[in-house]
Amino acid sequence: MTPPVHYREIEGRSSGFWSLVAILGLFIALALGAAWRMEHEGHWITGMSNRVVWGVPHVFAVFLIVAASGALNVASVASVFGRSLYKPLARLSGLLAIALLAGGLAVLVLDLGRPDRMVVAMTHYNFKSIFAWNIFLYTGFLAIVAAYLWTMFERRMNAHTAPVGMAAFIWRLVLTTGTGSIFGFLVARDAYNSAILAPMFIIMSLDFGLAIFLLVLLAAARGTGRAIGGEILGRLGGLLAVFAAAVLYFAAIQQLTNAYIARQHEVVRFFLVDGGIYTALFWFGQVAIGGVAPLVLLLAPAWRKSRRALALASACVVAGGLAQMYVLIIGGQAYPQVVFPDHEVSSSAFDGVVASYAPSLPEVLLGLGGVALALMLTVVALRLLPFLPQAIADPGRDPAHA
Amino acid sequence: MNGSRRQVLGLGACLAAAAALAPGLRLIELAQARSPEEAASKLQRWGLLIDTAKCGECDDCVTACHEENGVKGHGRPATDSQWIRKVNLKDKRTGFAQTLPVMCQHCEEAPCIDVCPTGASMRRADGIVLVDKHICIGCRYCVMACPFGARQFVHEKTTGQKADVPRGQGTVEACTLCVHRVDRGEEPACVSACQRDGGKAMTFGDLKDPDSAIARRLKSERSTALRADLALDPGVRYQGLS
Repeated sequence: MTPPVHYREIEGRSSGFWSLVAILGLFIALALGAAWRMEHEGHWITGMSNRVVWGVPHVFAVFLIVAASGALNVASVASVFGRSLYKPLARLSGLLAIALLAGGLAVLVLDLGRPDRMVVAMTHYNFKSIFAWNIFLYTGFLAIVAAYLWTMFERRMNAHTAPVGMAAFIWRLVLTTGTGSIFGFLVARDAYNSAILAPMFIIMSLDFGLAIFLLVLLAAARGTGRAIGGEILGRLGGLLAVFAAAVLYFAAIQQLTNAYIARQHEVVRFFLVDGGIYTALFWFGQVAIGGVAPLVLLLAPAWRKSRRALALASACVVAGGLAQMYVLIIGGQAYPQVVFPDHEVSSSAFDGVVASYAPSLPEVLLGLGGVALALMLTVVALRLLPFLPQAIADPGRDPAHA
Repeated sequence: MNGSRRQVLGLGACLAAAAALAPGLRLIELAQARSPEEAASKLQRWGLLIDTAKCGECDDCVTACHEENGVKGHGRPATDSQWIRKVNLKDKRTGFAQTLPVMCQHCEEAPCIDVCPTGASMRRADGIVLVDKHICIGCRYCVMACPFGARQFVHEKTTGQKADVPRGQGTVEACTLCVHRVDRGEEPACVSACQRDGGKAMTFGDLKDPDSAIARRLKSERSTALRADLALDPGVRYQGLS
């Protein structure tokens, strides 16, 4: 029989806690300032243009939104697949899912040309638009995960955790399908336009979300002096290795498919061989740092029990994930649209050439602000409500009473 | 005297008849024209035919479009709006060079309309694709979806706007086929400029009217759509593309 789990708020009195809150607050303030400038001056002050209309804010926003659904992994494993080992961490899992989604959506909204028209976006719908579907998928996800957390917190509702958890699990799969399809359904762009993007986004979400979950868990445990059993970390590390390998697999299939299709040869060449910064980010960022390094860190026998290796592997997955988003979102736009096949093309609108793009300070600040908002929501929630167990025991051992 | 009196009476009768009939004839004319309040009709589909063989080095269409629509640049080509642009082509195998204007292709199956979350991207009954500036939130998904690079995001403050052509920072815009002129029974500014000063390469008209010049030419001469593989049924067609 599993011993009862004791949850408690974090103390939140130390100077370290307040420093963290102050730093996150500063980043949020900087992001708001950047968004205000972008809205008042116009997007010309950013690195974006009519060729690259989605820049670094979208890289962060999509990364956070994708990671949000993946952060729910641990809760899903506990309540959908019935692994009680992970149950003590389910609350944190749900919290991170909400916080990351809120951070990503904030960036997305503040990067709009007219963020003041959010009411319009909430009242006018074109149901053929995947964006419109996503508005419902995102708000629905927030509502379902909130309900999921309620069933975990409220003892009388505990019995409903499994069905609500199942609903959240299915919803998150649909949500990430929707996010991937934003790009996958873009028939006019050779770098996207592929059904593989939907499942690829699901596997990316599992990978990035678990990495962020592990980083937050390790930091929270360290910062609040909570013990975590080695077995649970070992298992989550193994899961992260599987996800990292799966992301590499999907990336390989995506490129191989294109390599087989003659008219897609140029796209593959662009990403893998002569795409400049995008090629570099693909190989060094996405593949080496985001895929190979975590696999080595997680699977090498010498480091299998090392928490530092686990933290580093998680950080690598996050960095590689951001690189992957940059390659996909910005590289995919920088690659020229082919309107006139078999022709050299030139125009005043930069037809036929790789579009230049350099991230600007306001964009980077806005993107980082989304991360800061997600972390701030997490920290404040941990302080106000008992999300974290006092200790996470391995089966058969309870460090709280050891 | 009798004869002249008869003549005067006859003239008077003719004048009276003309005076009585004229408003009636004018009414028929008015009834056939579309009033500004009347919605665009499905009975028409406006389109353009561009003959690349006649399109030369000039950019009169571009100048006229931007003048007509109050589209002013800020000397920043990457972010300045270009509702229409001249594209230069060179066949990779043969070296054959061509130049042609590219603008919104006013597709029947427009990807920009499909992806727009609020419905700001829309298509009038007569085939003209427009952006409702009141409900565009500036998400730029339509820019991502357009196969022709026709959609432009307004990156900075607009000045010198024309009364007929609303524009706004933070929203998306594109060629309107000079909808304000079309509704007055005129042709788009680019077409007028091309006919007047250019190579007479552009023909505007109602694709659904079998007697229109554009429909007659499309029926008798070979033409093609850009990205015909996407089956978007654009209202703009090209002749002479190699």
